[in-house]
Amino acid sequence: MTMLKIFDVSGSAASAHSQRLSTVASNLANADTVAGPDGQAYKARQVVFQTTLMGEVGAAGVRVTNVVEDQTPGRRVHDPKHPSADSQGYVTYSNVNPVEEMVNMISASRSYQNNIEVMNTAKSLLLKTLQLGQA
Amino acid sequence: MQRLTGILDFQAQALTLRAERQRLIASNIANADTPGYVARDMDFAKALREATGSVATPGAMATTQPGHLSTTAGARDEAELLYASHAQDNVDRNTVDLDRERHSFADNSVKYEATLRFINGSVRNLLDAMKSHHGG
Repeated sequence: MTMLKIFDVSGSAASAHSQRLSTVASNLANADTVAGPDGQAYKARQVVFQTTLMGEVGAAGVRVTNVVEDQTPGRRVHDPKHPSADSQGYVTYSNVNPVEEMVNMISASRSYQNNIEVMNTAKSLLLKTLQLGQA
Repeated sequence: MQRLTGILDFQAQALTLRAERQRLIASNIANADTPGYVARDMDFAKALREATGSVATPGAMATTQPGHLSTTAGARDEAELLYASHAQDNVDRNTVDLDRERHSFADNSVKYEATLRFINGSVRNLLDAMKSHHGG
């Protein structure tokens, strides 16, 4: 059934984008953390998207293949009174860039909305198709 | 009977192709942020001409005997899909133009619904024709 596959395609994209959104949320939440659970400063995470075929010609969904950590060094601030300061008086914060994350958030939210709208349209068309010949 | 159902056959082919195009555009919108994804589209008029048999489908098998299988209604081969040309180059080599895709999606939805109404109209015509004159 051709139209039903749209739910698989758009649904996979919506779940990929919600995972992207939750990654953004965890990055933003840790934008000002000094040390993570492992004692190291938090590293920003990004999801990696990949096209996945859904078994029918022309049906291409999305899946998250990997979550990569940004390896750039964290922001270092001179603050000798801080409890986490090192021997030279520097505190290492996470390497999250809040501006980038906000842009990422808006983009993820818009893409999510787009896919929901696609599913809504497909649903209303399918419901009308079910009433074929009854009008 | 062929005369009665001929128009229905044509509309059914058109509806199947519209549904396929809808799925294609949904895939493009779903992959709007996937790196390296290339947007696909189909030439609807050409596909419909091939599906209704007025133009030979490339690669289709000839049916010379009554028992031979014919190609499925409206089924498109991967090779027959076109690559949508991109308006602007992207750093991640993604060629989905979201404005165009949304426009195509709305356009295709309306035309799908129009085809549905045409089918409903044809069905009503057929039913009216079958009713007896006095039966009401």
